[in-house]
Amino acid sequence: MNNRLLTTALLCLPVFASSAETKVFEHKLANGLKVLVKEDHRSPVAVSQVWYKVGSSYEPGGITGISHMLEHMMFKGTDKHPAGEFSRIIAENGGDENAFTGQDYTAYFQTMEASRLAVSFELEADRMRHLHLLPEELKKELQVVTEERRMRTDDNPQAKMQEHFITLAYSNSPYKHPVIGWPADIANYTVEDLQAWYQRWYAPNNATLVVVGDVQPKAVFELAEKYFGTLKPSDLKPLKPQTEIEQLGVRKMTVKVPAKLPSIVMGYKVPVLKTAANEWEAYALEVLAGVLDGGSSARLSSGLVRGKQIAVSADAGYGMTSRMSDLFELEATPAEGKTVSDLEAALKEEIKKLQENLISSEELQRIKAQVLASNIYEKDSNFYQAMQLGTLETVGLGWQKADEYVPKINLVTAEQVRDVARKYLVEDHLSIAYLEPQTINTSTEKKGVK
Amino acid sequence: MRIYLLGLILLASSQFASAAAKIEHWQTPQGARVYYVHTEGLPMVDIQVVFDAGSASDGQQFGLAALTADMLDTGAGTWNADDIAQRFESVGAQFGAGSSIDMATVSLRTLTEKPLFDKALETMQVILTKPAFNEADFQREKNRTLAGLKQQEESPAELASIAFYNTLYGNHPYAHPASGVIKTVAALKSSDLRHFYQKFYVAANAIVVIVGDLSKQQAEQTAEKLLAGLPVGKKLGDLPDVAMPVKSSQQHIEFPSSQTHVLVGLPGTYRKDPDYFSLYVGNHILGGSGLVSKLFDEVREKRGLAYSASSAFIPMLKPGPFLVSLQTRNDQTTQALQVLNQTLADFIAKGPTEAELIAAKKNITGGFAMRFDTNKELAGYVAMIGFYDMPLDYLDTFQQKVEQVTVASITDAFKRRVNPQLLQTITVGKSAEKSAK
Repeated sequence: MNNRLLTTALLCLPVFASSAETKVFEHKLANGLKVLVKEDHRSPVAVSQVWYKVGSSYEPGGITGISHMLEHMMFKGTDKHPAGEFSRIIAENGGDENAFTGQDYTAYFQTMEASRLAVSFELEADRMRHLHLLPEELKKELQVVTEERRMRTDDNPQAKMQEHFITLAYSNSPYKHPVIGWPADIANYTVEDLQAWYQRWYAPNNATLVVVGDVQPKAVFELAEKYFGTLKPSDLKPLKPQTEIEQLGVRKMTVKVPAKLPSIVMGYKVPVLKTAANEWEAYALEVLAGVLDGGSSARLSSGLVRGKQIAVSADAGYGMTSRMSDLFELEATPAEGKTVSDLEAALKEEIKKLQENLISSEELQRIKAQVLASNIYEKDSNFYQAMQLGTLETVGLGWQKADEYVPKINLVTAEQVRDVARKYLVEDHLSIAYLEPQTINTSTEKKGVK
Repeated sequence: MRIYLLGLILLASSQFASAAAKIEHWQTPQGARVYYVHTEGLPMVDIQVVFDAGSASDGQQFGLAALTADMLDTGAGTWNADDIAQRFESVGAQFGAGSSIDMATVSLRTLTEKPLFDKALETMQVILTKPAFNEADFQREKNRTLAGLKQQEESPAELASIAFYNTLYGNHPYAHPASGVIKTVAALKSSDLRHFYQKFYVAANAIVVIVGDLSKQQAEQTAEKLLAGLPVGKKLGDLPDVAMPVKSSQQHIEFPSSQTHVLVGLPGTYRKDPDYFSLYVGNHILGGSGLVSKLFDEVREKRGLAYSASSAFIPMLKPGPFLVSLQTRNDQTTQALQVLNQTLADFIAKGPTEAELIAAKKNITGGFAMRFDTNKELAGYVAMIGFYDMPLDYLDTFQQKVEQVTVASITDAFKRRVNPQLLQTITVGKSAEKSAK
């Protein structure tokens, strides 16, 4: 829902889940690098991911988006391997690779035949400490990132509205700025800025190496020792908390962009697993999101899209694994003849129902059945499993939370869902943005060319 | 004795390594073709029923096939949309129905535990055999499609893609967008959908794909049960041949975006094309392989002109597009287009170097196992093999066919199939003169 994850590959946000039989092996190197290994022998392949504890929420004003920029520059060569060679070597080994940056993490991955894990370790270890930041490479890559921003945000009405919306919703939380950064900041990064950011965050004691696939944990640990073991740790300075101040009343904004359909986005300030006063509150919010939007039988599809037919689409989103308190978001596009005001009233009515009545036992059972099933489906993908472990470890929750997900969801009661709706989905902590479409003038010109 | 055993083990493991996936194939009593792969380790199964009923079968009613597929789960038998959704979701099953240019796909992912599986399968069977196409549901889904079509018009990428297919295919059924256009969708009636369903959703026009932890006997029963209520009908899908454009053309759509989207191409290759592997491997070098390709290097790595620059052949029943694409800041369009065309022209004229070909082969064969290391991806391959009637050993011989490609075969195939004189160019964005104002 939010434009928080930037990558050239298409990835889903990690809504994590796992089960009790999950077996993860953990080993910490002397330099602080944590290595997590999970075996899956269904296919002779493995994914290897390096996760750094740094993302857009770590960035101060003036250099927003620098984590993402650095992610791009990590492909531009080291003392040992010139620009482009990283990708060339991975490709020659049959590998798939890429990287992604979010609010709370920057991660790099390779998927290869399991026997070639050493190739990826050698290259990742090398660029963890020996990146070569060159002015001429930065100059070109600034243009690339600017094009990326144009494509993802500037020319996309919904993304643009979302970007404006988060600046409204947050007062001082670093979640206020976009992962890709503000245009003026992108245009003015210097090699020194990137060098400082790299020095500060790229170190073995600020990283997690996750491997999932057709591997033996012991052999992976030995390989990790061999390639990453010699890297020097950094003296990491603690991050300032930047805790969001309390919101004192509803906030509203209009976003006027060239578009064809109006839409509305609403966000309530809510806690996440890491910040909830009681952990169950986060699980209850997760179930609440499922009541509204956990499939075609959930309330938004059934009630607003089909029943009242006032929306052509309506979604709810909550991510419980952020590092800092986040938003519970509702987003909808009105049906022909309906307005965003109609939708606002209908969405608020849905929230009110959750505050006043208990959800039905069928709804609760349905969500629990879905969670249980998804937990098995997710094991079809090594990549997804590695994403879960990497995310949980990097935001500071610990990978063990993956094992707790199903049992903790199973403990959620209808009363708890009602209680979190009453406590957190309150008007004073709500922000709303309305997309007001502006006319798009187009014309077509054809030329036959010999 | 020990040596003998060792020999057996080696033999067993080498067989494992060479057989990519054991696809079993049979026909149901009504003549639907079934493709089954047994996978172990997870108590789940992916089932797809694929009909030759994509947008190429729309006739003049563009969007008919898509809306028919969309509406399947909005009412069937005695159930309404809520009942259907609850039946699937209460057992954690994931259902989908949709269509592309060539095909309509009805899919189910479910656990294999009997009561859960049975409920999901029964629901899918009723959807396939007794969809209701109720008037009220039809009006609502039609309105949602119309809203989606309207929203496409705010996206320069969508506008470029629509114009590109139109230009490449003219009057051919591949020319129009799969979701239709506002005018034709607005004119559809629920009876049109019912007729389309009756004609195309028949056993002879269907294949069934089953990948997961079901025994062969269970798979046989599953396929039979799913299609039992469908009439045999006729195998459909004879499409006219695609005519190549007679000359190149350029079309610009003026649009108030910060980037111009560029698409260049022509009708390319089809699934059973004898040139397929030469074109596929050649394109991998030209612009098909992610972060390492000639286009990516020239456009992005050397010049920083775009975030993405790539090329692809989209093989279909008839020649699908060969397409080269990038997006760039409006005032750089001429330069970027020039780099794109030069890179393409050089490749067609000279072909790849031996070193480039070796690197591409290493990438493709070295990463071969990753193409279907999930049930989901494997099911996708099996559906492709089944639908296009490819040999059952398609995956087993894939690497060998890649290895057989030579510099000469690539150069020859590109020269014959990608004639620079026939390229169609679409640009969507703000033109340079107008940006300057």
